[in-house]
Amino acid sequence: MKRSYLFLPGNQPTMLQNGAVLPADVLIFDLEDSVAPAEKDAARELVASALRSIDYGRRGLAVRINDLEKLYVKKDLEAVVTAGARSVMVPKVNGARTLHHVAVMLDLIEEECGIEKGRTKVIALIETALGIEKAFEAAMSTPRVEALALGGEDLCADLGCPRTKEGTEIFYSRSRLLLAARAAGVDAVDTPFTDARDEEGCYDDTVYARDLGFDGKLSISPHHLRPIHRAFTPTEEAVAFALEVVDAMERAKREGRGAVSLRGKMIDLPVLRQAERTLELARASGMLTAETEGASL
Amino acid sequence: MNSKQMKRARAGTLESGDVLVTIEPADALEIKLYSPVINQFGDAIMRSVREVVESFGVTSGTISLEDQGALDCTIRARLATAIRRSFEEEEGVDA
Repeated sequence: MKRSYLFLPGNQPTMLQNGAVLPADVLIFDLEDSVAPAEKDAARELVASALRSIDYGRRGLAVRINDLEKLYVKKDLEAVVTAGARSVMVPKVNGARTLHHVAVMLDLIEEECGIEKGRTKVIALIETALGIEKAFEAAMSTPRVEALALGGEDLCADLGCPRTKEGTEIFYSRSRLLLAARAAGVDAVDTPFTDARDEEGCYDDTVYARDLGFDGKLSISPHHLRPIHRAFTPTEEAVAFALEVVDAMERAKREGRGAVSLRGKMIDLPVLRQAERTLELARASGMLTAETEGASL
Repeated sequence: MNSKQMKRARAGTLESGDVLVTIEPADALEIKLYSPVINQFGDAIMRSVREVVESFGVTSGTISLEDQGALDCTIRARLATAIRRSFEEEEGVDA
């Protein structure tokens, strides 16, 4: 389960190095906004070299490439795909067309390099009004899309509204993106919380996104990883109940019933799905291991 | 690659964990390494530098590396960038 997506500036060697010990579920090596135009070549080389050499363990590895209006995109893709990046984050996605271009380039690069076709996945960063309007179309444009992510800062600039900590101004956009992602069967990743020093604010913002249905959250600071993971950690009571639900539904299945009563509440497939999600979050947060799960059943 | 005209080029920084690579045109190949860990890792760093230099077919020029405790992958990347820049392969600023 991918709860946290941490951006690492692509031209800062120590940050790329630190990524190997930071507890992010996904590291996003950034070649776009955090890299000055004159240093794009250096960042690309550095990120590719880090991908080849540094052991990042089980963390997901993605690279945010430059937007398609820039000259660098093909070089970005060639460098990072051949270096082993499993995902690329495409910025400023405004519908299917943006991702069609990327998918065609990825097809060619994978074929030239003998990489299994379709291996490189795409995280579509939605950060404009047009992007929100066409989010579902983008998510369905290629099977490579694994997630839609929201870029709240650029979106607010495009909408012409102030970006607040409360996030009222992006409530509708969050909901639209989430619906598009769910309808397309891909993950929904929330916008980063931008005050690096405010861990409680990040926690509250993540709880809010989690309760809307988001699967994970972008992060611009390592300090936000803990609050993000805390927000996505279910309570012990919720985990205990989820285990009971799974157990009860397995019994119901053996007995040929579609629903069962547990603690006076009817348990059916939607409740089972919620319970499975709770258990997935519990596994991601280390509350459940194969051993403890087996022992609790 | 070395048949092309080399020019002065730099890549990297003097920040901790980085390395500043400077290339100057010269008739012969000379590599200068300055590193706080030269006694421990000087030979390994020089091996990496020679590998990268050979992979680009560079046979001349003065290459200076001011190491600030960079990892091997950083040294290789900065050197490769400097070599590409010295052969005017860099992209410059977007229009």
